[in-house]
Amino acid sequence: MSSPVESLVNREYKWGFVTDIESESVPKGLNEEIIRLISAKKEEPEFMLQWRLKAYRGWLGMKEPHWPNVSYPPIDYQEIIYYSAPKTVMPLGSLDEVDPKLRETYEKLGIPLNEQKLLAGVAVDAIFDSVSVGTSYKKALGELGIIFCSFSEAVREHPELVERYLGSVVPMSDNFFAALNSAVFSDGSFVYIPKGLRCPMDLSTYFRINQANTGQFERTLIVADEGASVSYLEGCTAPRRDTNQLHAAVVELVALDNAKIKYSTVQNWYAGDENGVGGILNFVTKRGKALQNAKISWTQVETGSAITWKYPSVILQGDDSVGEFYSVAVVNGRQQADTGTKMIHIGRNSRSTIVSKGISAGRGNNSYRGLVKVLPKAAGARNYTQCDSMLIGNRCGAHTFPYIDVQNATASVEHEASTSKIGEDQILYCKQRGLNTENAISMIVNGFCKEVFKELPMEFAVEAQKLLGVSLEGSVG
Amino acid sequence: MIDEYRRTFAAFAANGGGRGPEWLATLRRNGMDRFAAIGFPTTHDEEWRFTPVSSIARVPFTLAPQPTMELSAAEVEPFRFGHDEWPTLVFVNGRYSARLSYRSVLPPGVQLRPLSEVLESEPTSLEGTLGHSGSLDGTSFTALNAAFLQDGAVLSVASGVELPSPMHFVFVATRDAQGVMVHPRNVVQVGDGARVNFIESYLSLDNESSYLTNAVTEVRVGSGAWVEHVRVQRESEAASHIGWTEVHQARDSHYRSFTLALGGRLSRLNLHARSNASNTETLLYGLYLTRNEQLADTHTAIFHDHPNCRSWEVYKGILTDRSRAVFNGKVFVKPEAQKTDAKQTNRNLLLSEGAKVNTKPQLEIFADDVKCTHGATVGRLDETAHFYLQSRGIPRVAARKLLTYAFAAEVVNEVTVAPVREALGRLVWARLAEGT
Repeated sequence: MSSPVESLVNREYKWGFVTDIESESVPKGLNEEIIRLISAKKEEPEFMLQWRLKAYRGWLGMKEPHWPNVSYPPIDYQEIIYYSAPKTVMPLGSLDEVDPKLRETYEKLGIPLNEQKLLAGVAVDAIFDSVSVGTSYKKALGELGIIFCSFSEAVREHPELVERYLGSVVPMSDNFFAALNSAVFSDGSFVYIPKGLRCPMDLSTYFRINQANTGQFERTLIVADEGASVSYLEGCTAPRRDTNQLHAAVVELVALDNAKIKYSTVQNWYAGDENGVGGILNFVTKRGKALQNAKISWTQVETGSAITWKYPSVILQGDDSVGEFYSVAVVNGRQQADTGTKMIHIGRNSRSTIVSKGISAGRGNNSYRGLVKVLPKAAGARNYTQCDSMLIGNRCGAHTFPYIDVQNATASVEHEASTSKIGEDQILYCKQRGLNTENAISMIVNGFCKEVFKELPMEFAVEAQKLLGVSLEGSVG
Repeated sequence: MIDEYRRTFAAFAANGGGRGPEWLATLRRNGMDRFAAIGFPTTHDEEWRFTPVSSIARVPFTLAPQPTMELSAAEVEPFRFGHDEWPTLVFVNGRYSARLSYRSVLPPGVQLRPLSEVLESEPTSLEGTLGHSGSLDGTSFTALNAAFLQDGAVLSVASGVELPSPMHFVFVATRDAQGVMVHPRNVVQVGDGARVNFIESYLSLDNESSYLTNAVTEVRVGSGAWVEHVRVQRESEAASHIGWTEVHQARDSHYRSFTLALGGRLSRLNLHARSNASNTETLLYGLYLTRNEQLADTHTAIFHDHPNCRSWEVYKGILTDRSRAVFNGKVFVKPEAQKTDAKQTNRNLLLSEGAKVNTKPQLEIFADDVKCTHGATVGRLDETAHFYLQSRGIPRVAARKLLTYAFAAEVVNEVTVAPVREALGRLVWARLAEGT
């Protein structure tokens, strides 16, 4: 490996800084008292507390799942701080009142919190450790009847909506991490788009873990009422620390009749160092429910986290509903990703498309795990799955575990998968035309991922391409 | 239930199972201990997730009584592909029948004998071979087979010998096989540069009796050898058939297999092919036809441990009524197995509303300079193809049969021995005419 390449390999995780800000945390550990404390701190209505306690009691009887193709040191759930908030948070009249230190953090991360400077036309909800620190464009959206706020605020101000939809897609007993999240979730974003309305701008949440030893358990709930549509973006980073931090989020999407939800993620949590020390354990449950003629589309670019365990899914409940999943997952160093999707076809003529691109480099292991299930009533259901892997070097691994379960004879399901590498001839061709090796590889990889990137909103697509470049730098010597 | 098997094992050991060399007794004992320790698999085991074996676990099967029903040659005749001169070993309810077998003319360097005879006459000859294929250890059914193995076909072909005709192993279940279990164990050893065709047939003389066939076949392919293995499973549709085929390939060898599953209320085949050196070629073709309440399960695994190996796999299924099929195809590519070229396809045709398919093509790749693809489809016949044929005057029913047969023929046609290919084609055609 040449020396410039070496220096690139050792390039630090750019977002690994820690913000020195006073925060207020609950004691570490988990018990009913802690849950009552979290709930009290957030001034939640009684139903919320009961819901949390029920989830907690259910969680006590559950076992941590070990079927994913990943390995990590055991997690001590009593060593985690379940709630941490920057001390200065208080109800804010405008974003200008946000603690300058926090603003600085988000500026460092390149997240526009300042409304005047905001040119991108994206409304942002910023989550710092456990709480939302500010939501931009709230007023303008509010005039249209769109609710875009932090989850805590929604619980206080729109309890009827929260009570109606919370847990309707991911029940509290769904799985170990979802149950844990249901018990202790701290904050997240809440979106409600009223009937027939097309949200005029992209909505976005930016998650940041700052405190040491905290877990982040955010909960996002997006409801698109009949005929509404929305595009939602999610980004995340964390400081560099040498202990694993747990991130167990739950995202629920509800698309009522004829509604459309597009959810894009660029996940860039700290991945641990080259020896696999530290990094975020990302155990996330994401699921959407599409009613009649509704459409849910997941797009994800997964470049960070030590472990990724995540299967954004769509329950195609209504007739003619559509589910999509576009994913690029990159592993380098000692990262492990076990990710994919589930498409559950219940409605007649429901359609789903899965495009998954996995890139493995270094000593990373990338698994695609997917389920396409066509239930007996889903006549005319259609699925197309394409799942491609690219390996760079022979110390990494690519795995595919696609489950196909068809119970209706009129359904049509296709699955294709391939594995390839970056050809020497491809690199030579690019070099002949004046590109250096790094740029050639970046171009080839971007071409490999093009089908997914084209699904991302513009600003995210640019960020994703750059991120991919950084993640893979130096992996070809 | 395990106690039942323990008792059967004790009786078996005291009886016929007590005979034979010490190494075999150890193998049987280990098999029984292993089985007693793990019992039958449940649907919580990933490998058996979609295939409940409760129907097997519920009833204790017994070993076939010593003098089994005598069969006439005419009853076995229809299953011999019209070539009586092919060397054939016939086993009735798991026991070798000299009267029904034919093996008088064998080319030099070829030995075809029943396992019971080999164990009797040369007790040490299989000591280092039988039961020594890696992944055989430990699964419930292979352990059970080890505990109760008694008979089967042993074929060994010396280096450089080319067999002029296929060798045929026939396992017949008689009409009185109700409640019986048989555990055939076949051992095939092919020397360097030899060329061999062999056929395994599992069949029943009626379609109602419920018994258990639990067969294990171990195949070793010498370097530069060429082997074709055809496996036809036409058990009674009330029976359970569990099969395990384990293939080891030496350098530059070619192994091709075609498996056909027609029978069994529950059938399961594990087909594992592993290359022990570079530059091997592995071709796996298969077809499963299910109807009524049948469940056909196929698990294949190809292990690419060395560079420059090729594998090609096509499995097809046609399902009607309320039947189910399970397919799991694994391809493992180790880091050192550079330049591997592996392609796997599984296609399923659902012809009735109630039919179900669970398919899981699985790739696990650790090398970068490889070409690996897999594809799986589940669907019905193409409407436009139907229309095309109908517009040319072919009635819809006939068009459907034609298209279904064409779907199946793609894999049946990979059998190289013409009489076998044609007979299997007719068999599939007849089945499609009955069932769909």
